[in-house]
Amino acid sequence: MKGSAIKYEKDNIDTDVILPGPYLKIHDYNELAKHAMEGLDKDFHKKVKPGDFIVAGKNFGCGSSREHAPIALSYSGIKAVIAMSFARIFYRNAVDGAFLLPIEIDENAYKDISDGDVLEIDTSKNEIKNITKNKNYQMKPFPELIGKIVAAGGLFNYKP
Amino acid sequence: MNITEKILSRASGKTTVSPDDVIFANVDKVMIHDVSGPGVIAVFEKLKKTGVKIDKLWNPDKVWVAEDHFVPAADKISAQNIVLLTQFTKEFGIKKHFKYGMGQYGICHTLSHEEAMVLPGEVYVGGDSHTNTTGALGAFAAGLGHTDVAYVLLNGKIWFKVPETLYFKLNGKLPSHVMAKDLILKIIGDIGTDGAAYKTMQFGGTGVSEMSVEERLTLTNMTTEAGAKSGIIEPDQKIREYLTQRGAANYNEIHGDPDAQYEKIYEYEATELEPIVAKPFSPENISVARDLSSIPLDKAYIGSCTGAKLEDLRAVAKILKGRTVKIRTEILPAAISIFRKAMDEGLLKIFMDAGAMVGPPTCGACCGAHMGVLAKDEVCISTTNRNFPGRMGHIESKTYLASPLVAAASAVTGKITDPRDLK
Repeated sequence: MKGSAIKYEKDNIDTDVILPGPYLKIHDYNELAKHAMEGLDKDFHKKVKPGDFIVAGKNFGCGSSREHAPIALSYSGIKAVIAMSFARIFYRNAVDGAFLLPIEIDENAYKDISDGDVLEIDTSKNEIKNITKNKNYQMKPFPELIGKIVAAGGLFNYKP
Repeated sequence: MNITEKILSRASGKTTVSPDDVIFANVDKVMIHDVSGPGVIAVFEKLKKTGVKIDKLWNPDKVWVAEDHFVPAADKISAQNIVLLTQFTKEFGIKKHFKYGMGQYGICHTLSHEEAMVLPGEVYVGGDSHTNTTGALGAFAAGLGHTDVAYVLLNGKIWFKVPETLYFKLNGKLPSHVMAKDLILKIIGDIGTDGAAYKTMQFGGTGVSEMSVEERLTLTNMTTEAGAKSGIIEPDQKIREYLTQRGAANYNEIHGDPDAQYEKIYEYEATELEPIVAKPFSPENISVARDLSSIPLDKAYIGSCTGAKLEDLRAVAKILKGRTVKIRTEILPAAISIFRKAMDEGLLKIFMDAGAMVGPPTCGACCGAHMGVLAKDEVCISTTNRNFPGRMGHIESKTYLASPLVAAASAVTGKITDPRDLK
C-alpha cells in the first residue's frame, strides 16, 4: 500500500473536526467525504488524492462514536491513518467497517515523516518504508483479532 | 475480578477473564438514535447489496430507540431520518421507540436511566459515545459505531478487549457549592483526554456513596472525555430504590470480589475540591472557576445528558431564584419526564422569571447541530461535555464547560462566576 503523507502535527484530532456535528444527519458516504477534516483543514478535500495517508500525533479520533469520521476519510481516498495512538471507537470503526487502516507508530517515526513524503505500508512485515527519505520504520503489530478482521475485510466478513 | 471483569466473564460464558483478553460478549441491551439508526440502516443496505439476507434482528425486544440529536426535526434531511427510523422499528418489530412528541421522549442516555432501560449487571451498547453514562447503574455500558451496532443487532454479541480498570475514590461528602461535574472535570484535567483510553473508570468511596444517582451519572457520562471504554459504579441501595421507582424489579446485580484488582487507584478529598471550568478547546484544559472571573460571556447553555437532569435543574433554580440573567440563557431539560417534574416543582417558572429560555429536550446545540448554536467569536458557558473547536457551532466560537451551579451563577453576572461569589 503506497501513498503520500498528509501530516498534521497535532495530538487529539477529534471527531468534531474530522467530520463536524451538523453533517451527522448525512448518510451518503460520498457527500460526507466533501466535509472531511473541515474543522481542521478547509483545503483537505483539494489536496487529498486516492491512496493518501494521514499522519498525526496521539489520540487520533477522540470524541464521538460517529462512524461518519472514518467513512468521510475513507471516501476521500485515505487508505490509512498513521498515528502515535488512536481513540478506541475511531479505531474499531475503522477496522470493523473496513474503512481504513489505523497504523500505530512511535514518536521517532512520527517526527521523521514530513508532509508529502511518499510512504509504503507493509502490514505483513509491520513495516513502513519512507520512499522519499529512504528510511524504514516499524509499525506496532495489529493485535491478533484486529489482524484477522483486517484480513477478512471487516467484522461482517470475519468468522469467529 | 472487579465488577467489569465479572460482568464480561458472565457475558462471554467464561469462568474468569483478565485485562487484555479479547472476548465476544453477549449483549443484553442495544440503543440506537436518529444519527446511529440511519447509520445502521446504511450498513444493512450495504450488506444486502453483497447478498446478505436481513429479514430479522437477533432479538428486537432487547433493542430500544431514541430520537434526540436533530429533533424537533432541524430540516428536511433530519425529518427524513426520523421517518427512516420509524420504518425501521416497524419493519423489525422494535417496540420500545421513544418518539419525539409522543409520551416520554428525550436524550437517549437520560432515557436509559429515567426509564430503567438498562439494569445492573447487564452488557449495554449504544450507537453513541456517551453510552458510558448508564454504567452508573452498575452495568457495563460502552459506545460503538454503526457497523458494530449493526453486527450486534444481527448477532447479539460483539468483541471487546477486557479493559484495565482505573479506580477513583472520593473520600468525604462534596461541599454544597461543588458538584459531580467539578470532580469529573478535575479528574480529566489530571489524567488527560486519553488518560483512560481503552480502560474502565470506576468510581467509589464514601463521597460517591453519598452522591445521588443523578450526580453519579454525571461522573460516568464524562468518562468518555478521558477516552474510557466504560465508566462504572457498584450498585447500592440508592440504585435499587431509583430502579424500583421506575418499575424495574428483576435483575442480577454483580459486584467486584473482595480481592478485585485495579490498574491504579486515585484518591480525591471532597472537602478540597472547588468549582472547576474546562476552557476551550478541550475538557482537560481546566482551571479553578475563580481564576477565570474576568472572562465575559455571551451565553449560558444548560442542557444535554451531562447537565440537564432534574438535580442539575434544581441546582440552577437555587441560583436563579429571585435573580435575573445578564446574558442569553437557554435551559433544556434532558427528557420530557424531567421537564414535567421541573414544571411541577416550579423550577421552570423560576427560570422564566429570571428571563431564561426554556426549551424541549434535544442534543441540538451540544453537538453544534441546531437550536442554539454559537456564532463566530461567541463565548458560551455550558453544562455539556465537550468543547472541541466548533463543537457547539462556529469553529471560532468558544465553550467553557462547567457545573450547573457555575453556569447559572455565570448567567447572572455575565462572567465566569464561582457560585460562592454571587451576591
